[in-house]
Amino acid sequence: MSIVRVPPVLRAEAGGAREVQASGTTVRELLEDLSDRLPALGSRVYGEGTIQPFVNVYVDGEDVRTRDGLDTPVRDSSTIILLPAMAGGSSW
Amino acid sequence: MSSYRELLRATKAGISEVDAREAAQLDGAVWIDVREGDEWTEGHIPGALHIPRGNLESRIETTVPDHASTIVLYCAVGNRSAFAAKTLGDLGYDSVHSLVGGFTDWKRNGGEITMPRTLSPEKRTRYSRHLLIPEIGEEGQFRLLDSRVLLIGAGGLGSPASLYLAAAGIGTLGIVDADIVDETNLQRQIAHSLDTLGTPKVDSAKRAIEALNPDVEVVTYRERLTSENIDRILDDNWDLIVDGADNFPTRYLVNDASVWRGIPVVHGSIYRFEGQVTVFKPHEGPCYRCLFPEPPPPELAPSCAEGGVLGVLPGIIGSLQTNEAIKLAAGIGEPLVGRLLLFDALSTEFNEVRIERRADCPVCGDQPTITEYIDYVEFCAR
Repeated sequence: MSIVRVPPVLRAEAGGAREVQASGTTVRELLEDLSDRLPALGSRVYGEGTIQPFVNVYVDGEDVRTRDGLDTPVRDSSTIILLPAMAGGSSW
Repeated sequence: MSSYRELLRATKAGISEVDAREAAQLDGAVWIDVREGDEWTEGHIPGALHIPRGNLESRIETTVPDHASTIVLYCAVGNRSAFAAKTLGDLGYDSVHSLVGGFTDWKRNGGEITMPRTLSPEKRTRYSRHLLIPEIGEEGQFRLLDSRVLLIGAGGLGSPASLYLAAAGIGTLGIVDADIVDETNLQRQIAHSLDTLGTPKVDSAKRAIEALNPDVEVVTYRERLTSENIDRILDDNWDLIVDGADNFPTRYLVNDASVWRGIPVVHGSIYRFEGQVTVFKPHEGPCYRCLFPEPPPPELAPSCAEGGVLGVLPGIIGSLQTNEAIKLAAGIGEPLVGRLLLFDALSTEFNEVRIERRADCPVCGDQPTITEYIDYVEFCAR
């Protein structure tokens, strides 16, 4: 099982959890497992076989888009960060 | 026992003395002026470093660590530099030469000289803790004083950034903000206060900056940044931008303009307990669109006004942005280019992820498809 860090804007979809667990040997398997366990969270990040364009997925600090995309290998000890852009900012 | 003259003669006999012509032929030589500070400020040989004779032993190894370096030492007439050359020889420097006749002959023979810029006694006192750091010193402080930094937003992130940049002696600070100070701001926006409630944030921030450091010139733009006004504002020659905006249209607008103009952007964003910091240096690293080609749908993009933010978080993230800005302005250290720093205040954890420039980026990529301003509000509302 790998650790998946949930960004603050998606925590409602994970029952408020800051981290969840998911298993898989590739990013695809892991996101499919995540979608099975937590469909609300999974669908925000992954749908129709692709990672949503406004979310970045990092495996051990590397953007999977710069590696092998959904085929990027994941280890049990890996930490996965899901990262949508944050609006900002100080109100001004 | 020997007299000064005898000691000088004996010292000179044991070192290498060169005249200006011979010294000029010493390729790659490090020139060091060993005179006192007041002599140095009245002019010196271009390119020379300054280490007063009294500090030579303690400073030479941090200045010239390689003992095989060729060194030319000079003083006013060539006597102090002769003693200095002997000392460096004793320290194990192999190729040390003393300039015969020193600066006096150099000048008399028409050698080129430069007059160093000097800090006023007041500035020397104010920035003394910077001057003591070898990586900054007087040269770095001049770079800060000559810098022009534009702050997008005088809110949570802009507050610590404006105050610390001003305190550091950034010469000119521009502030873009259309907002008025209200009571909900005071939980985190420390540039403002009860005294300035109801006044424009740019004026309130200007007041705080001037109370801290009146040397800083503050240029205020009391307007919301748009495609219509951004070129006019950026025409004021800003060296770098500290982005503390609170919305996606502004982020993408700032990104596109900064890529086209080659202005680095120090990016910070915050939400609840978490923050992100990075530096977008056009064409040397990724841009905002490389990191986030598309904004999230509106329901996934709540602002701090909607979702809240821990009051100290913008203090931390804004200070990290300021650190990057000061490093860029002074030309030191390793900026956060190609690295996104993530901070979680609840667990007090920092994480870093790598971000890369995308060859297919529509703005900074190899074949850009966006070359003029778009409708950013529409782009972010899709």
